[in-house]
Amino acid sequence: MSAGPASAHTTRAVAGRAPDVFERGGWTPMRQNADREAVDFAIVGTGAGGATLAAKLAEAGFTVVAFDAGPYWRPLEDFASDETEQGKLFWTDERLTGGDDPVELGANNSGRGVGGSTVHFSMVSLRFRPEWFKARSRLGYGTDWPLGYDQIAPYYDEVERALCVSGPIRYPWGPRRRRYPYREHPLNAPGELLARGARAMGIKWSSTPLATVSAPRGKSPPCVYRGFCIHGCSTNAKQSALIVWIPRALKAGAEVRDLAMVGRIEVDAAGLAAGVHYHRDGEWRFQRARNVVVAGYAIETPRLLLNSACPAFPQGLANRSGLVGTHLMVHGGNAAWGTFEEEVRWNKGPPNMAVSEHWNYEDRGKDFHGGYAFMCQGPLPREWARTVAGTRGLWGEGLHAEMEKYNHMAGLGPVCESDAQARNRVELADEVDSYGLRIPRVTYAFSDNDRRIQRHAVAYLSETLRAAGGRDIWSSDDTSHLMGSCRMGDDPATSVVDADGRSWDIRNLWICDGSLFCTSGGVNPSLTIQALACRVGDRIAAMARRGEL
Amino acid sequence: MPERYPGYDVLGKWNSPSFDAVTREVLARRLGAVPKRRFFTRGEWELLEALGAHLIPQSKRADPIPITPWIDAMLADGGGEGFHRVGEPRDAEVWRTGLAAIDGEARRRHQARFIDLGPPMREALLRDLRAGAAGDGWSGVGPRRFLIDFLLKAMAAIYYSHPAAWSEIGFGGPASPRGYVRLQLGRRDPWEAGEAK
Repeated sequence: MSAGPASAHTTRAVAGRAPDVFERGGWTPMRQNADREAVDFAIVGTGAGGATLAAKLAEAGFTVVAFDAGPYWRPLEDFASDETEQGKLFWTDERLTGGDDPVELGANNSGRGVGGSTVHFSMVSLRFRPEWFKARSRLGYGTDWPLGYDQIAPYYDEVERALCVSGPIRYPWGPRRRRYPYREHPLNAPGELLARGARAMGIKWSSTPLATVSAPRGKSPPCVYRGFCIHGCSTNAKQSALIVWIPRALKAGAEVRDLAMVGRIEVDAAGLAAGVHYHRDGEWRFQRARNVVVAGYAIETPRLLLNSACPAFPQGLANRSGLVGTHLMVHGGNAAWGTFEEEVRWNKGPPNMAVSEHWNYEDRGKDFHGGYAFMCQGPLPREWARTVAGTRGLWGEGLHAEMEKYNHMAGLGPVCESDAQARNRVELADEVDSYGLRIPRVTYAFSDNDRRIQRHAVAYLSETLRAAGGRDIWSSDDTSHLMGSCRMGDDPATSVVDADGRSWDIRNLWICDGSLFCTSGGVNPSLTIQALACRVGDRIAAMARRGEL
Repeated sequence: MPERYPGYDVLGKWNSPSFDAVTREVLARRLGAVPKRRFFTRGEWELLEALGAHLIPQSKRADPIPITPWIDAMLADGGGEGFHRVGEPRDAEVWRTGLAAIDGEARRRHQARFIDLGPPMREALLRDLRAGAAGDGWSGVGPRRFLIDFLLKAMAAIYYSHPAAWSEIGFGGPASPRGYVRLQLGRRDPWEAGEAK
C-alpha cells in the first residue's frame, strides 16, 4: 500500500558505523572487515539464531560478519502504529507453498531485516517441556534430540536474563526455576478472561513470560501496552534481537551487513566452506571466512544449502543424508473466538498476556501424543477483518455487524505441536527470484495426530471461552512458526548437524536457527532458538580453545 | 442503525501523544494520496467498484473509503504477500481471470454485466460463488477461493486499514508514544472510544 521510507532500500551499516537503534538518526561505531580477508565466522541471518550467536562469538573474541537480506531499522523513527505500513517487516520474496495443507508464509512466520522475526514476534518466552528433548524415549513419539533439558537449561537462564523476561514469581509448569528477571506485567482484559475460563475448567493458568520489559532497562522504557507488538515495537520496550543481541555483537566487534542477500556458500578444493557470495548495493561480492554459519530460519537455511550445490556436493551442502529441507514443522493455531457482554478492548497490551500449558504437561485423557499451550489473543482490525472475512465468508451488513463487535471479542489460540514428517519439506523450485536464485517450494500436510491435537484444541478452547462467559463461539484455522528442516542428531545418517549445530559433512559449516529442532513442542520457539544459539556459541569457544575447530 | 461510538474520531487524536511523526506521515499518505488507475482496465476497475459496493457497503458514508485504488496499486507494484500456492498463477493473472469469470457468470445467468445486476441478483450470484457453484471460465483458482481469499480478504483489509473504519468499530488506532493505562475488563482510558449504551 505504500513504498515505505527510503531507508528500506538503503544500506545503513557502512563506513564504520551502524544505526544506533535507540536514537533517531543515531549511529554507533562498527568494526568492518575486508571481503578478501577471511573472518572467523560469516553468519547468514540475524534473527533469534544468528544475532544471538554473533554476540556470543564476538564476545568470545572471534571476528564475525553477520549478513541480513533485509534493512537495518531504527524502531523509534521507522516503525509506525499501523498494520499495513508494518508489512515491511515480513519476508515477502517469492515462494511457493503446496501439499495437502499449504502453509501461509509471509507475515505468518518470517521476518526480513536485522533482528529477523524477533522484530515482530509476540515476545512469548516459554521453555520446552524437558521431556520433549527426549520425546521418543520418554513420551513414545517422534525422535530424541541429541541433547537433553539439563544441557539446555543453563542457556534458558542465560537468555531469560539477557532479555530481562518479565514473568510471574512462580510459573506453574516445568522444573523448578529461578525467578524471572523482571516482574510480571499486569493482565489485560483478554488475560482476565483466560484466567476466568481456566478457573471454571479447573486448570492452571499464568501470566505469560514476555520479552518486553515491565520496568526500565537501559535505554528501553517499560512497555506502554500499545498492542502493536506483532507489527514492530516503536518504543523499544520489546527485547528483540535487533535491540538486545545486535548491539551486544557490535560492541564486541562484530560487523553487520544489512540488505545483503547471501546466495551461495563457496566450498574449496579441500571440501571446506571458504566463504559466502552475497548481493549488496547492486553487485555480487565474496566474503572469505574460516567458518560459515547458516541462520536463515527453516526455509531460507535449507534453500541456501541446496542452492550451494557444487561438483563436490551435487545434492547441496551438508546433505549427504538427503535430509536437508525435510522434517519441516509448523504449529497449528486453530483458535476459538467469542463475543462477551463486557467491553474487552483486546487491542490493548501484548496479544498473549496469559497462558495455560495444561495440555503440554497433562498426558492423561488425550487421544493424541504431544500437546499445546494456549493463550489469549488481541488481533488488530486489519488482521481481524481478514480472519472474519476469510473464515466466515461474511460480507455486507453481516461483516459490518461482526466487525462492530470488535471491542467485545475475545479469543484463545493454541500453539499445537506437529509431528516431524520427512514428506513436509523445503525444496528448490525451477523458477528464480530477482537475484537469479532458485526460489523455495514448501510442501506441507498435517499428520492424523496433528489433526487430533487441533480438534482437541478447538473443542477445549471453545468450551473454555464459553465457561468464561463468551457466546456465539466459532473457530478459525491458522499456523505459526517454522521448525525443523535441518535437524540435529547423533548420527550422520539421520541428521544434518550434530548437537553443536556443526554439519557432519563440512566441519566448518554450522547451522544455528529453528531448523535444528527435532520436535516442535507446544510452545513458541524463539526462547529455545536463542538458548541453542548461546549453547552453540559456548561450544564453539570451547572447541577453539581445544584446537578442534 | 445508530452509531456504536457516537462522536468518536480516531483522527481527533492526530495532535495527541497517541500519534507520532512516522505514523502521521503514513496516514497522511493513505488519506491524501489515493493512487490512480495503473493496473486494471477501466472495465475491470468499474467491476471492482461494483463488487466493493456490495461486499463492503458504504452507502451511509458521505465520503466512502477508497478500496479499488489500493488493490490496483498493490498489483501495479507487484506487491502482495510474496508466496503462491503450487499450481496457481501469479496474483496479476488471478485477479484478471477472476474478475472476468465473475462477469462471465453474470452473463451466463442473466445475459448482463455484473455491474448491471440489481442487489438481489448480485447477492445470489456471490453466494453461489462462495458455495463453489459456478460455470466455466475459472482457471487457476476456483470461485470460492478467488471470492473469499483474494477479493473479500483484500477489500476487508483495505477498508479496516482506514481511520474512518477504526472510528466505526471503536478501535483506539495509533498508540505511540502513548499506549494504554487501563487494561482491565470494562475499563477504558479517556482517549479511547466511548460506547453508546
